Amino acid sequence: MDWQKLILMRDELSLTVLLLLLLVLEIAMDSRRKHQLPTIALALFALHTALGFLPLASGHLFGGMFHTTPMLQLMKSILNIGLLLVLLQAHAYVRSEWVGRERITEFYFLLFSSLLGAYFMISAGDFLMFYLGLELASLPVAALAAYELSRQRSAEAGIKLVLSAALASGVLLLGISFLYATGGSMYFEDLQKGLSPNVLSVLGFLFFFSGLSFKISLVPFHFWTADVYEGAPISVTSYLSVVSKGAAVFVLGILLVQLFPLYADIWREILVVIAILTMTLGNLFALRQTNMKRFLAFSSIAQAGFILLGLLAGDSRGMTAVLYFVLIYAFSNLAAFGVVQAIALHTGKETMSEYEGLYRSNPRLSLVMLLAMFSLAGVPPVAGFFGKFFLFMSAAGAGYYGLVLVAVINVVISLYYYLLVIRAMFLRKSEQPIAHFVSDLPMRISLVLCVAGILFLGLYSPVYEWVLGLVL
Amino acid sequence: MIEGVSIQEIMAVSVILFFIGVYGFLTRRNLISILISLDLLLNAVALNMAAINRYLHPDNFQGHFFAVFIIAVAAAEVAVAIAIIVDLYRLIHSVDVEEVDKLKY
Repeated sequence: MDWQKLILMRDELSLTVLLLLLLVLEIAMDSRRKHQLPTIALALFALHTALGFLPLASGHLFGGMFHTTPMLQLMKSILNIGLLLVLLQAHAYVRSEWVGRERITEFYFLLFSSLLGAYFMISAGDFLMFYLGLELASLPVAALAAYELSRQRSAEAGIKLVLSAALASGVLLLGISFLYATGGSMYFEDLQKGLSPNVLSVLGFLFFFSGLSFKISLVPFHFWTADVYEGAPISVTSYLSVVSKGAAVFVLGILLVQLFPLYADIWREILVVIAILTMTLGNLFALRQTNMKRFLAFSSIAQAGFILLGLLAGDSRGMTAVLYFVLIYAFSNLAAFGVVQAIALHTGKETMSEYEGLYRSNPRLSLVMLLAMFSLAGVPPVAGFFGKFFLFMSAAGAGYYGLVLVAVINVVISLYYYLLVIRAMFLRKSEQPIAHFVSDLPMRISLVLCVAGILFLGLYSPVYEWVLGLVL
Repeated sequence: MIEGVSIQEIMAVSVILFFIGVYGFLTRRNLISILISLDLLLNAVALNMAAINRYLHPDNFQGHFFAVFIIAVAAAEVAVAIAIIVDLYRLIHSVDVEEVDKLKY
C-alpha cells in the first residue's frame, strides 16, 4: 500500500492524534492543574479546525471504503466550526464545581470521538464504514447526555437517547440487509450498479431512510428529541442540534444522490410529505413550549424540515443551499444556545417567563438573542434569510411550488414564536429580573463569533460562491 | 446452506424475530427487558445478513463481516445503556420506565 495516500485521511488522523494526546495528558498531568485542560483541548481543536481548511486532493482509500472530495472536506470543516463554538461555550461549564475535576477529560474525549464518527460517516464508501461511523457518532453522545451523574433528568436523557439510537440503527440495518440482498455488495459503487427497484429493495430503502430520519429527527421519528434536548447538559444539546444533525443531513444528501438515483421518484414524494409534516408539527409544538431548551428543540426540528427542501432538487445547487444553510444555522442556533447556556450557568433559569426584563439588566446578551432569533426565523437583513432563500429557490427550481408555499407559511408561523422570546426579553417587565452578570471570556468570544457569522455570512456573497465552487 | 430450507424461509424468520424485538421494545416496562428486545432485533438482522450472504451472494463475505461487526457494536451499545441504567438505579432505585418520567410532553 502506498503510505503517502494516507494524507487523504488528514482530518481523521489529526483528530485521532488529538484524542491520544488527551489520553496522555489525562495520565501525565498533575491533578491540581487539571483545570487547564479545557483551555489546552480548546487550543488543540482550534488548530485542528484551521488545518481542515487547507486544500486536499480528492481520492479514495482501502479499496473504496473511504473516499474524500473537496465537498466532503467542506462538510467536515462546517462540523468543526460547530464543535469549536460548542467547546467555547462549554468552557465554563466543564470547569464548574459540581461537574468534578477528574471528569473533565472525559467530556472532551467523548465529544471528539463522536466528531470522528461523523467524519467517517461522511467519508464512507461502503455500508460497513458508514454503520461504524454512525455508531461512533451516536454512542458517545448518549454517554455525554448522562454526563451529570447526580441528576435524574440527565440520566433519563441518556437512556432515551441510547435506546432510540439503537432502535434506529436496528431499523437502518434491516434496510441495509435488504439492499444487500438485491444489490449484492456493500460498496456504494457496486451497489449502485446492482440495485434495481423491486419490492425488496424499495422496502430496504424505506427502512434505511427511516433509520436515518431518527438521527435527523424528522417528524414521524422525532419523539426522542425534545426529552433528550431538555434533559442533557446544554453543551451536549447544542452539539446534538448542530453537529450531529448536520452530519446526518449531509450523509442523507450524499446517499440520496449517489446511491439511490433509481429511486428518485419514490424519495422525492416521501421527502415532500416528510418536509411538510416536519415543518408544520415542529412549529406547532414549538408554539406551546415554555422551557427554552425544549423550545429550541422543536425549533430545530422545524429547521430540519426546511433543510429537506434543498435535498429535493438533488443537484449541486440544492446541495450548496443545504451546506450554506447548515453553516448559517450553526452560527444562529449556537448563538441562541450560548445565551441560554450563559444564563443557566449564572442563574439556573431556563424558562421563557424568567427571561422577562432581560434587556434592562443584560442588554448585550439580549441583543445576541435577538439576532439569533431573527436569523433562525429568516428576517431579511441577517444571514438566516439568505440561507432559507437559497433553499426555497432550489426547491422552486425543481418545480415544487406548492411545497415552497407551505414552507413560506411555516416561516410566518415560526416568526410568531421567535418573536415571543424577543417580547419577553424586551417588552415585558418583571418583578425579579435576572441580575446583571458578566460571562467568561470563551463564552463572549463564541457569542462575538456567532454574531459576526449571523451578520456577515449573508451579506458577504463570496462565501456562497466559495461553497458553490467546492460542491460542483 | 441448509438442505430443504430456502432463503425466503430464513428471511421470514429473521423479519419475524425483528418485529418481535420491536414489539418488545415498545411494550416492555422494564429497561433491562427493553435492552433484551433491542438485542433480539439486532441479532435478527445479523442472521439476515449471514443468510443472504450464504444463499444469494456466496462469492464474497461482506455479509458475514457485517454480521460480526453488528454483534460487536451491539455489545458496545449495551455497555453504554447498562452504565446509564445503573446510574439511574442509583438515583431512583428503579428500572421501570414508568418511574423515568421527569421529562414529559
